[in-house]
Amino acid sequence: MTSPVQMPEVRVRRPLQRRTFGFRIWPWLVTLAICIALPWVFYDWHHGRHSGFMLSMLSQMGMMVIFALSFNMLLGQAGLLSFCHSVLFGFGGYTTVHLLNAAGAGELPVPIELMPLLAGLSGLAFAIVIGFIATRQRSTAFAMITLGIVQLMTTAATMFHHFFGGEGGINTDRQIGISLFGLDYGSSTQVYYLIIAWMMIAAIAMYYHTGTPLGRMANACRDNHERAQFVGYDPKVVRFLQFALSGFFAGIGGGLFAITYEIVTFDAVAAPLAANALLMAYIGGATTFVGPVLGAILITALRSGVSLMSNSWLVYVGILFIGMVTFAPAGLTGIVLAHAPIARAGQLHRLWLSYLRLLVPSLLTLLGFVGMVELLSFLTIGAAQGKQLSLFGYPLDIASTAPWLAAMFCLVAGGWWLWYETDRVRLAWKDVVTALPRSGAAT
Amino acid sequence: MLRDVRKRFGPVEVIRGVTMDVAAGERHALIGPNGAGKTTLFNLISGRFPVTSGEISVGASRIDGLPPHRINRLGISRSFQITSIFHRLSVFENIRCALLWSQGYRYSFWHPLSRQCGLNESTERLLEDLNLTARRDTVAGLLSYAEQRALEIGMTVAGGASVILLDEPTAGMSHSETEYAVALIRRLTQGRTLVMVEHDMKVVFDLADTISVMVYGVIIASGSPVDIRANRAVQEAYLGALAA
Repeated sequence: MTSPVQMPEVRVRRPLQRRTFGFRIWPWLVTLAICIALPWVFYDWHHGRHSGFMLSMLSQMGMMVIFALSFNMLLGQAGLLSFCHSVLFGFGGYTTVHLLNAAGAGELPVPIELMPLLAGLSGLAFAIVIGFIATRQRSTAFAMITLGIVQLMTTAATMFHHFFGGEGGINTDRQIGISLFGLDYGSSTQVYYLIIAWMMIAAIAMYYHTGTPLGRMANACRDNHERAQFVGYDPKVVRFLQFALSGFFAGIGGGLFAITYEIVTFDAVAAPLAANALLMAYIGGATTFVGPVLGAILITALRSGVSLMSNSWLVYVGILFIGMVTFAPAGLTGIVLAHAPIARAGQLHRLWLSYLRLLVPSLLTLLGFVGMVELLSFLTIGAAQGKQLSLFGYPLDIASTAPWLAAMFCLVAGGWWLWYETDRVRLAWKDVVTALPRSGAAT
Repeated sequence: MLRDVRKRFGPVEVIRGVTMDVAAGERHALIGPNGAGKTTLFNLISGRFPVTSGEISVGASRIDGLPPHRINRLGISRSFQITSIFHRLSVFENIRCALLWSQGYRYSFWHPLSRQCGLNESTERLLEDLNLTARRDTVAGLLSYAEQRALEIGMTVAGGASVILLDEPTAGMSHSETEYAVALIRRLTQGRTLVMVEHDMKVVFDLADTISVMVYGVIIASGSPVDIRANRAVQEAYLGALAA
């Protein structure tokens, strides 16, 4: 069954799949329901108010989902590594601040609910300008041009005070008094639901886009830009349009950022934010649509949660990134998808045990690693901040050798054990996969 | 069609003045020893490389100097000697992408592809012609070699181009696979102009109405298979053993 010659003569006409509509509706409804319900999960019934920390984290997740998805229109869909995605996000943010100020002064009768749309349009306009320069190239040259653009814009943001407000950024007030629904957006709950509404709209639009001729040709140009020319498409135009559209969605994210924080500084256009988009898309999985969503949620949670507990949270994100690039280049969703054919063949149970055995050494290694990092960080930054390192509530004396030895032991022993167990998992995986019927279903 | 076409790479002139006419609807084979410049000539016609001098025209329009996608839109479609497909897309998507432009979708980001019944049906029909229906949802990069070659030919003919350029469509195929490929090419290029580079003489004499022989960047002979077989210069330069 490997060559067309040996194919049986019986031709089966398969019915066209998914002829109804591009996507099933229920995953979106479930997502929406979860988003609506989430703040109430963390509702503080004692004091009768929402958890401020959770609400701000969830809001940030919403924006970052849009940002990461729009970044993945370039990275995953078109194979373009852009370092200037933050510029499009930040530009949308700055525009929104100015628009809000104009609206607050009564000069612009636009309801706040539509501000993200205008921010998106400004992102689109700016993406058209810089895309015109950047998308003439692809791969490495494209990445380098975008790196130049982000540096240029970061400098510009601190230099041109009229638009960017210099180092301090510019402030605004989201309570402009114009709303489609008569809301004042004084509470962050209202802002959260505004973010969720736009997140759903943007995500659905971006998903829809993946199934259009342009979305598909972006994939095609990513795979083989030369061949695309010989089926009639100009890869430059495909790249340009894809870049412009991703700028539109990044701008929406930036607009929501401005509405939420009521301040935009040059951080919103700077390279670290663009690197964040890369982290989110890559760790979540750039090869799937939901990958960046997962990545955005995970990274934002790490950022908000772990950064409260530890000074060294960026070290952990960095290690996670390096680990993913090395061992799971398809990201978290890639790991899950790799199991799909095994699950279909009903062979998943053969892997559980090996995975379970991975758990203990993984935790041990993690404990050792975190211990070492924290001890080191407390030796320097922590001491300066006058903080006390504590583990599960017990204070630790970083001057004594015991915690250092313990951490070192956990790291070395756990690492060695993990090495041994991963080998076993690899073998088990090989056994299971070779036993599968040969197939290569498209992902 | 080709008028004194030349191509120079640095100081080396690879195509040294090729003049060639292919009649509409004809099946034309281009043969010659390795390094004669056959593939380079294809690259010039399809716009992959610019010509150094000379002119190339199809029908009334000149195509030399145009970028590849413009040439393709004029109805000249080519395949590659080294399989060139969208390897991470499914077989179905590969063919559909090859159909998109010719069906007028251009750079649309508003048509949902899953609802374009006409487009999807044309894709399915072509897949059936290629005998790839069973592999419809397979990632193209995972196909067997012969299947990838069939897909390559399919992508080349998909857009309904009036001129098809095939660069060694049967290279590396087994005997039975070659036979299958020849039948496929014959069927899919019905009523179109076909120019093919081919090393397998059996395929050439089987398919071609006209044969041109290329040696060191020039065409030394052109004519019907019978003429070529009888041509002394060709026998000396190339066919040698086969004619003896």
